[in-house]
Amino acid sequence: MLLLAFDTATPAVTAAVCEPDGAAVRIRAAASAVDARRHGELLAPGIRDVLARADASPADLTHIAVGIGPGPYTGLRVGLATAHALAEALGIACHGVATLDAIAHASGRDTPFIAASDARRKEVFWARYADSATRVGDIAVDRPADVPADGLPVIGHGARLYADVFGQDADAAEPLYPSAAALGEVAVLRLLAGAELPEPRPLYLRRPDAQVPGAPKRVSAVRGPAARA
Amino acid sequence: MSTTDLPLILGIESSCDETGVGLVRGCELLSDQVASSVAEHARFGGVVPEVASRAHLEAMTPTLHRALDGAGVKLADVDAIAVTAGPGLAGALLVGVSAAKAYALALDKPLYGVNHLVGHVAVDQLEHGPLPKPTVALLVSGGHTSLLLVRDLATDVRLLGDTVDDAAGEAYDKVARLLDLPYPGGPPIDRAAREGDPSAIRFPRGKWGDGTYDFSFSGLKTAVARWVEESERSGSPLSVPDVAAAFQEAVVDVLTRKAVDACRAHGVEHLVISGGVAANSRLRALAEERCARAGIELRVPRPRLCTDNGAMIAALGAEVVAAGLPPSTLDLATDTSLPVSQVLAG
Ligand SMILES: [Zn+2]
Repeated sequence: MLLLAFDTATPAVTAAVCEPDGAAVRIRAAASAVDARRHGELLAPGIRDVLARADASPADLTHIAVGIGPGPYTGLRVGLATAHALAEALGIACHGVATLDAIAHASGRDTPFIAASDARRKEVFWARYADSATRVGDIAVDRPADVPADGLPVIGHGARLYADVFGQDADAAEPLYPSAAALGEVAVLRLLAGAELPEPRPLYLRRPDAQVPGAPKRVSAVRGPAARA
Repeated sequence: MSTTDLPLILGIESSCDETGVGLVRGCELLSDQVASSVAEHARFGGVVPEVASRAHLEAMTPTLHRALDGAGVKLADVDAIAVTAGPGLAGALLVGVSAAKAYALALDKPLYGVNHLVGHVAVDQLEHGPLPKPTVALLVSGGHTSLLLVRDLATDVRLLGDTVDDAAGEAYDKVARLLDLPYPGGPPIDRAAREGDPSAIRFPRGKWGDGTYDFSFSGLKTAVARWVEESERSGSPLSVPDVAAAFQEAVVDVLTRKAVDACRAHGVEHLVISGGVAANSRLRALAEERCARAGIELRVPRPRLCTDNGAMIAALGAEVVAAGLPPSTLDLATDTSLPVSQVLAG
């Protein structure tokens, strides 16, 4: 198994190549950049570079794991469109990993906590974890003040942005972003354990912003039936 | 050289609400598949960018499969990949460009980020063969209203004029709303207009005779709105066919006049009309009439090729490859307002 992992659901653009090493995971190469506005420009060259540093060609890959968010949609879709197309062209399996699960995994915590990322519009995407490998319940989107943190530590960029609301030190929020190394580890470990991974489809959690326009200025005049096409 | 010796070009389009994948060799169209999200936008009366972007992601792989099956080729047979890099909606463009980069990376084939507008001109080659040089092109759709001077599809395209406000197709959509006709407004207005008298009302022709090749349709739209309100206020019956015909006449009159003027001014004997509005029956008829009188050869691709599709991007890709232009790099950026003179992005 040689797995390419990447995630574009947060300001980080991150890619890694990894493989099983006994019961553990070996990261052959990994790279991340933080630039919320350039996911589309950074991801493909980033993938090419980690492949080169892993001494692998695309044809050597057997699996893809991609972050499915939630996250701001435009960036999120860069990762998913890339994953679908790579998997298609290479004829290999493609799996999803919730981006918060990758952040949680990287925290290495063995006691309960909350992971939160920036959902913009003064909200966070968040989920509760029993430990770094165990999410409890679904991922939700809420205003920080409405997250039932119950005094649990909160990690992730959402925790850093709203440290005052969560009543904790901004420095306590690490890791802020997912790393593809962590995401790849989550994927490889679950695949080795025979566990299900999500479909590689985006977790949007919100409906598109769109207003159905009001009726046009009513025109009560008679209209010909021909016009009612 | 027979066309089977020419490179197989995969074209990917996602600038607005159509996910298009096409396959082309030279001027030969091998397949053209489009998935449209237009029905999802209808109740909003216009394209909702987030809805379009979500639909592109869902549609890309199935549309690719259909295109490959239609051409009887495999993805590995593709020699180069062309993709719309702009202009268009940011989130929508990114889906196509991300997919195209991934295909290029996985297959180790060159990637070309090309200009959507020039694709609308290049597509005519799939129907009528190589484009005469030079050619004037009139692009009319829901997103664009431009007059171009095309000396060479790959290397020399100039903008002669553009709309200063609404695109022609946008004006159709807005007027359709005023007349309680469905979205998109082009086909129902065209149909209604056939029953109406275009000279029943004289609507204003924006920028008529102003010496430029620019267009303006917002004044026309306002004039139609006033007309509708006025008939409501006075209680006199509103003839939708007459309003549709008079509105349509005002649009196509100024479009065809400026297109023919541009040909004359530049000594060009060929005009291509493309874009979604090129399917309009009155535009075709009036353009034919005026071109015939001016001794200009008119080329209008069939309606299916006029609307956004992947084949037009593949057709332009074939030109760019044939011209030996350097491929785009994997850090290719999308450009929502890519100027038409930039055939190749980046
Ligand atoms: Zn177009």
